[in-house]
Amino acid sequence: MPEVTYLQPRDVADAVRLCRDTPDAKPLAGGTDLMVMLHAGTVRPRAVVNLWSLSELKGIRHVDGALEIGAAEPYTGIIGSALVGEHCPALVAASRTIGAAQIQNRGTLGGNLANASPAGDTLPVLLAADAVVVTDRRAIPVADFFWGYRKTALGPGELIVAVRFPAAARGVRFRKVGTRAAQAISKVVVAVSREPARVALGSVAEVPLRARSAEAALRRGDVEGAVAALASDIRPIDDVRSTAEYRMTVAQNVLRDLLDASPRR
Amino acid sequence: MRFVLNGNGVSLDVSGSRRLLDVLREDLRLTGTKEGCGEGECGACSVLIDGEVVNSCLVAVGQIDGCSVVTVEGLALPGGKLSPLQQAFIERGAAQCGICTPGMLLAAHALLEQNPRPSEDEVRVGLAGNLCRCTGYTKIFDAVLACRR
Repeated sequence: MPEVTYLQPRDVADAVRLCRDTPDAKPLAGGTDLMVMLHAGTVRPRAVVNLWSLSELKGIRHVDGALEIGAAEPYTGIIGSALVGEHCPALVAASRTIGAAQIQNRGTLGGNLANASPAGDTLPVLLAADAVVVTDRRAIPVADFFWGYRKTALGPGELIVAVRFPAAARGVRFRKVGTRAAQAISKVVVAVSREPARVALGSVAEVPLRARSAEAALRRGDVEGAVAALASDIRPIDDVRSTAEYRMTVAQNVLRDLLDASPRR
Repeated sequence: MRFVLNGNGVSLDVSGSRRLLDVLREDLRLTGTKEGCGEGECGACSVLIDGEVVNSCLVAVGQIDGCSVVTVEGLALPGGKLSPLQQAFIERGAAQCGICTPGMLLAAHALLEQNPRPSEDEVRVGLAGNLCRCTGYTKIFDAVLACRR
């Protein structure tokens, strides 16, 4: 494997400059995805820009009434945060399902977003909670962030700085279906909210997505209609982890289950 | 770059993008840390960075500049006496082929540091990132539970 240059920025502004001015550079945070790809040679950047040590990208805070989580704050910090538990408990639940201690100590929301895996465990929660991706230059609603298979709205050299939750999302419910409790990549991930009506899923299409027809039915209070409409919203496939048929059935059953258990207001 | 390794200062001149796992095993000759899957799935390469358990196959060595790293070689007490956890693994038969053992010890050590009296469920969750294909886990859990304080 040809040598990959390791660059250490002083701060976020420096990191943005390095990402912009270094041809073919990739930002590196906890490494839980990128280090695997580097070693396997499936991505071959000329340089990595280390974000892990940048304190501006860490932490969980209130900003103008919104909850904001630093892009490089590890899942362990999210799981232990009373603020997140209060504002969006489903994000705590989703973070607990990621890998195990070793991965939770290094995995980050910024990495989950930038990597844009259709199976990213937290991504449906971010969609259902109307979260916003804050970059070094703008704010992008998560609903507009995923453009295609592992393609995002990020421009060249654009860095994710934080994830913001403008409104409390205490009503979001989450479930991940995988082969086992720990270290599993999901077969289906579902996050829902009754009010506002949100149905978001992972591992059932080339991107994590909002199920718009199911949401329309849910706005009318029609749970069975939402479950039926889901079939036209998602595009599951057969792969090593599951089958299209299994994913469709389970997505519909989990959606019904979560909606039945969700508070109606 | 400089860091503390098992209590001793280390100064190294290596490419920061190399895996911590490879630098430990190949440059520093600490082969107690094992490579299993190389993808962050199995936990065999677990080490502690500033007290937190991580997979060293997923850490770029440049990222530990200024940090404190503990590998299985650093778990024994001064003078080389085994730690109570290591001793419990031996006494309870918690190792068979041994490949997962260094990672298990470090994950268990981190768990007990954070939670000195874990329940069995908490031990199962704390070690969920470490796969063992021999023991069936029962004796590993027994050994960790025997070290509750």
